[in-house]
Amino acid sequence: MSGEKLIKTLWPVLPIALALLVITLLLLVVGASPAETYGAMIDGAFGSSDKVFSTLAFWVPLLFCSIGLLVTFTTGLWNIGVEGQMIMGAIGASWVALKVAHPNPELSPWIVIPLELIAGAVFGALWAALAGVLKTRGGVHEIFGGVALNNLAIIATNFLISGPWQPPEGGSFRGTVPFSKNALLPLFMNTRFSPLSLGLALLALIAVVIALRGTAWGLRLRALGKSLRSAFILGVPSERGMIEAMMVGGMMAGLAGAVRTLSWFDSLRQSISGGIGFLAILIVLLAGSRPLLTLIIAFVFSVLLNGGTIVQLRTQLHSSLSGIIQGALVLFVLLFGDPWRLFKRRQPEPPPEPGPPEVLEEGAA
Amino acid sequence: MTSSTIVLLLASIVAQSAPLMLAITGETITERAGVINLSLDGTMMFSAMAGFVVALRVQQIGGFEANLVPVLAGYSAAALSGALIALIVAWGSIRLRQDQVAIGFVLTLLMADLANFLGQNFTRIPGPSVKHIGIPVLKDIPFLGPVLFNHDLIIYLTYVIVFVAWWWLYRTQPGLRMRGVGERPASAFARGVNIGGTRYLYTLIGGALVGMAGATYSLDVKLGWSDNHILGVGWIALAIVIFGGWHPLRGAFGAILYGATKTLATALQQSFPEVPTVLFNTLQWLLMLGVLLLVGGDTLKRLVELAPKPLRRPLAQALRFAPPEGLGQTFFEE
Repeated sequence: MSGEKLIKTLWPVLPIALALLVITLLLLVVGASPAETYGAMIDGAFGSSDKVFSTLAFWVPLLFCSIGLLVTFTTGLWNIGVEGQMIMGAIGASWVALKVAHPNPELSPWIVIPLELIAGAVFGALWAALAGVLKTRGGVHEIFGGVALNNLAIIATNFLISGPWQPPEGGSFRGTVPFSKNALLPLFMNTRFSPLSLGLALLALIAVVIALRGTAWGLRLRALGKSLRSAFILGVPSERGMIEAMMVGGMMAGLAGAVRTLSWFDSLRQSISGGIGFLAILIVLLAGSRPLLTLIIAFVFSVLLNGGTIVQLRTQLHSSLSGIIQGALVLFVLLFGDPWRLFKRRQPEPPPEPGPPEVLEEGAA
Repeated sequence: MTSSTIVLLLASIVAQSAPLMLAITGETITERAGVINLSLDGTMMFSAMAGFVVALRVQQIGGFEANLVPVLAGYSAAALSGALIALIVAWGSIRLRQDQVAIGFVLTLLMADLANFLGQNFTRIPGPSVKHIGIPVLKDIPFLGPVLFNHDLIIYLTYVIVFVAWWWLYRTQPGLRMRGVGERPASAFARGVNIGGTRYLYTLIGGALVGMAGATYSLDVKLGWSDNHILGVGWIALAIVIFGGWHPLRGAFGAILYGATKTLATALQQSFPEVPTVLFNTLQWLLMLGVLLLVGGDTLKRLVELAPKPLRRPLAQALRFAPPEGLGQTFFEE
């Protein structure tokens, strides 16, 4: 292995170590024991078979959202609205669960569950299409469209839970009635992990990777992501490409929401997404849009997410700790992840990935 | 509604808009130099926490009777935090040539989490606040006096900062150079302007102002600290920067307009309790979309076309909503 190659292989350890060092210092500053905290984190994620399955259960929605983001990032779109698309997916699935499955408890899950997943995917895709149309037709950058639509989705959930879908006993602002049995995903033993959903997520990942790398459609999206202007000159229909990418992204996010409602929860809840969509953005940024790395980092993040709940219980530290670890990891990798960026003053034109080449240029199309 | 309630309402709109104005002015300055600091939401959360905690600790440790020293310490801490976060954005984009939006977005999440984490022991406790001073003579002007000149000190400082920002951008040489850096970095570079240095400088200044905006919430407008104390405000500010066409005075106008809409919605909500509150909650986000649609699409262009010919040019200039051309782009020295 040549020296340059060795540096390239070993370097990524550095920003990760640096991030952990900073987190450790932070823990010491607030008077927490780093050993106890990290111990609780690992124990919370892997301590028993139940906990391992919980970790896997967090992995699935993170994966779905990340898979969708692979498509939007490839197209050069900042799909911040993934959070809201996930919520809309949860609403779509809940709608089928409450309106179709609830009145017909004898209906086979083989009919109900596909319907729910389709509804979730469609709701997510439509919510994303809205952000896409706002961008291509209205000149509203997808970041702002996304932020607004995220908040509107949250408000929509609260409205449904406290209004039309309020449980008959009333009062509670926390969720709808528990769905009937035929509406819920089959779970592994007594855990909240649905193997079926993980299988679907892995299939979706393979499908998306093939679509992006091996089809003309994927080529068009990649052209759009690399340079909007040259794609336009080459005759790639930018509006259609962007909206299609958004809709695939939203479809995946919608599935994430549906799966989370139908396995982790058993009803539509106020905190249905809990920041999973935003985390997925961090995952794909950290992975540099590489599919295999996305799969792995999504798992690491689900470890942090699930372990974090135990940390909070045992050490009374604020629940934001896992978010800080995740954010610090991504920030340090973005800043220090490339030795050539750090130490060379001049460098060849770097590809402006991920993200659109001309950020915030309203309505560029 | 009596005239005195109207005056009170207007005065509260002015006060409530002040922190937004500071943040908008800061971000406008940053973006005018060509850098997007997308981290506003996280930066404001963090600096609000830092400002409050530092002010409170200084008060407790120093045993100050008056609020002046603790509040000054809090504002300094907040401005410093804002500038440091901006430094990360600037360094990442100027030196490392990383994607500004990526770094900004990560910081948005990270800083909000950090704020909640570090502020966890300081939630819902009373602390120091900015002093209220009516400006003598001016505050006695009928109507305008109580609306504009009977406020906490920071409100007046905000007027000054907004005005100075406008004056600097449009009436001074360094301001012209800075706009050049944001619009056409290559031409500015050819004229000998230090692109990187200029962008660092204004990103830091802008960040400090955003930090002060955070402190203005926790030390004045929304006193104290709580979990997710001002989550979401930063995104509103970022949107108003666009609505303001990257112009400090129009940005300030946007802040007032936003404050007025919010106050009006609250008032309406109280008058019509039978309308579900959800409708009012959606209002600010629908407003954000509507306003961005208005300035982003070609609605305004068409409106200008309708005007009589001699008015078209000035009108088009007054309604210019184009971002600085070099915004968000990495500059490569040839």
